[in-house]
Amino acid sequence: MTDEGQQAGASAAGTPPVRKEVPPWRLMATLGAAGMMAGLLIVFVYVATEPTITAYKAEVLRQSISEVLKGPARFDTLYVYEGALTKQLPAGLAFEDLEQIYLGYAEDGQQIGFAIASAEPGFQDLIRLIFGYDVRTETLLGMKVLESKETPGLGDKIEKDMEFVGQFDGASAPLVGVNSRRATGSANEIDMITGVTISSRAIVRIINNSLERLGPMIEAYNGGGSR
Amino acid sequence: MRTTTPQQDFVRGIWNENPVLIQMLGLCPALAVTNTVANSLAMGLATFFVLTGSSLLVSTFKKFIPHEVRISTYILIIATFVTIADMSLEAIVPEVHKALGAFIALIVVNCMILGRQEAFSSKRSVGRSLLDAFGTGIGFIIAMLMMGTVREILGNGSFLGISLFGSNYEPWLVFVLPPGGFLTIAFILLAMNWIERKRKQRSEIRVWPEGVASEKAA
Repeated sequence: MTDEGQQAGASAAGTPPVRKEVPPWRLMATLGAAGMMAGLLIVFVYVATEPTITAYKAEVLRQSISEVLKGPARFDTLYVYEGALTKQLPAGLAFEDLEQIYLGYAEDGQQIGFAIASAEPGFQDLIRLIFGYDVRTETLLGMKVLESKETPGLGDKIEKDMEFVGQFDGASAPLVGVNSRRATGSANEIDMITGVTISSRAIVRIINNSLERLGPMIEAYNGGGSR
Repeated sequence: MRTTTPQQDFVRGIWNENPVLIQMLGLCPALAVTNTVANSLAMGLATFFVLTGSSLLVSTFKKFIPHEVRISTYILIIATFVTIADMSLEAIVPEVHKALGAFIALIVVNCMILGRQEAFSSKRSVGRSLLDAFGTGIGFIIAMLMMGTVREILGNGSFLGISLFGSNYEPWLVFVLPPGGFLTIAFILLAMNWIERKRKQRSEIRVWPEGVASEKAA
């Protein structure tokens, strides 16, 4: 009963039908035609779905920026170009070519802070996150994981454990990851999640590294009289 | 070739030859993405779509596909439908697409789908192939849902994201992790084989006294 399908297949194969020699051009024609049909179908579906996918990604990014900057009234996109931040997209470059950071403003035009997206390896794969950073007080405004493939139920606590995520609001940079039992309550300490040490440390490392890299550029930009 | 009725073609894949639970095909997605009911359902539906589409095309064009290049052609057809499913899922339900990750692309190498093309669709009429694909696809969805339900309830205390036991429930974490997939499928197979054996024993007992009676009569 179980292998009825296989038996039917076997009995068909057991009595081989007299098969004509198929000329090579037919083999190529078949594969070529099938490939062309497949290509056409895929292009059609791609064109149909691409705008929705791009719009969704942009929307997710916009929401994340607004989340880590605690609801800015508006934000500017700045481009990292030749070691400096620039508001104008350099000529001849598409906006996907350059790393971007976002500068949020409050209702009254006051700067709230920068939103910086960055990615580095975690336990399984790249962890991509975005965080808000206030330059004047050198504190973080918030952190949100955009993409991670950390172990479900363990590593994914870095995005689902609200107690952990909440610690980044108002933490001062550079961050130090500590074991919760040895915490002293200092403003730059982030308590690691028990059992999720590697992923938690990765988050702290990503934020520190990108601040180290982009911090001078941010200060130069602000000192440049953009306010 | 053994003749089958349309009903047999349809029902076979659902239970008696269930791709996952009996034929042990498609175990990779069944173990990997069944940690929640929603993921299991999405994976099941995507596979159902690919299987039905491929069976339709393969049975329609079976006369034009030379024997020598049939496998490559089947794979090409399957891969096309997988790509379509991948893009559509990303556009329609991006959250689910994110959760399933690479496993959507891996539907291409699901033996269950190629197996149905080679064993059935390449030999039978379009209608029968569709029935067979529906049956096998539904069987796959059922198996995925069985896994997903057990794993989400035990491992997360919820069903389709709705919490079932309140905050006092301590999730049995191992069930949403990979080992939980192996444990779950082992227990499901154990239960199924146990039921099957009981049923056989019962039917044997029912037959036996008659045999004894006829022996005595003789």
